[in-house]
Amino acid sequence: MADAAQTQIAEDVKNNPVLLYMKGTPVFPQCGFSSMAVQILTHLGVKFEARDVLADPEIRQGIKIFSNWPTIPQLYVKGEFIGGADILREMYESGELKTLFAEKGIALQDA
Amino acid sequence: MGMKGADIEAMIRAAFPDAQIEMKDLAGDDNHWAATVRSAAFKGKSRVQQHQMVYAALQGNMGGVLHALQLTTTSKD
Repeated sequence: MADAAQTQIAEDVKNNPVLLYMKGTPVFPQCGFSSMAVQILTHLGVKFEARDVLADPEIRQGIKIFSNWPTIPQLYVKGEFIGGADILREMYESGELKTLFAEKGIALQDA
Repeated sequence: MGMKGADIEAMIRAAFPDAQIEMKDLAGDDNHWAATVRSAAFKGKSRVQQHQMVYAALQGNMGGVLHALQLTTTSKD
């Protein structure tokens, strides 16, 4: 079953330009770190998809293997792993995250 | 649950002997830590790679017993 999870994740990150793996949902995050990631993306005005890892243990374990990253949240942009909560915060504060979305051709709406 | 700040620092130190490590107890409970790690080993690595190196040094504790470690890495010359 682990392989099925890996395949599904590979498909998902390919098909969704901005994809956040998180605990809970954007409306009801279940963890402070996931909540912060949602707030950053929302504040930048980025349209994103989210996957609730708490709803699927296979994906929860699978994404850690897929990214070689031990924690949630995890952000993927155009199939590339950008980072977890700390990196997102750092990139947001320095303005790098906004630049990255622009470079990747992701539309930002003024929030 | 949780890891003591001194233990976290010792594990990072073992993997990065040259590192300047700054530990901050975020909640005053010896359980929610912020670590700033400055090491020459990070030179030329992306942030993701730098954090992966620190997580590797923590030998699987990150995401397990260690839920909350706020991590900042910088390289030094």
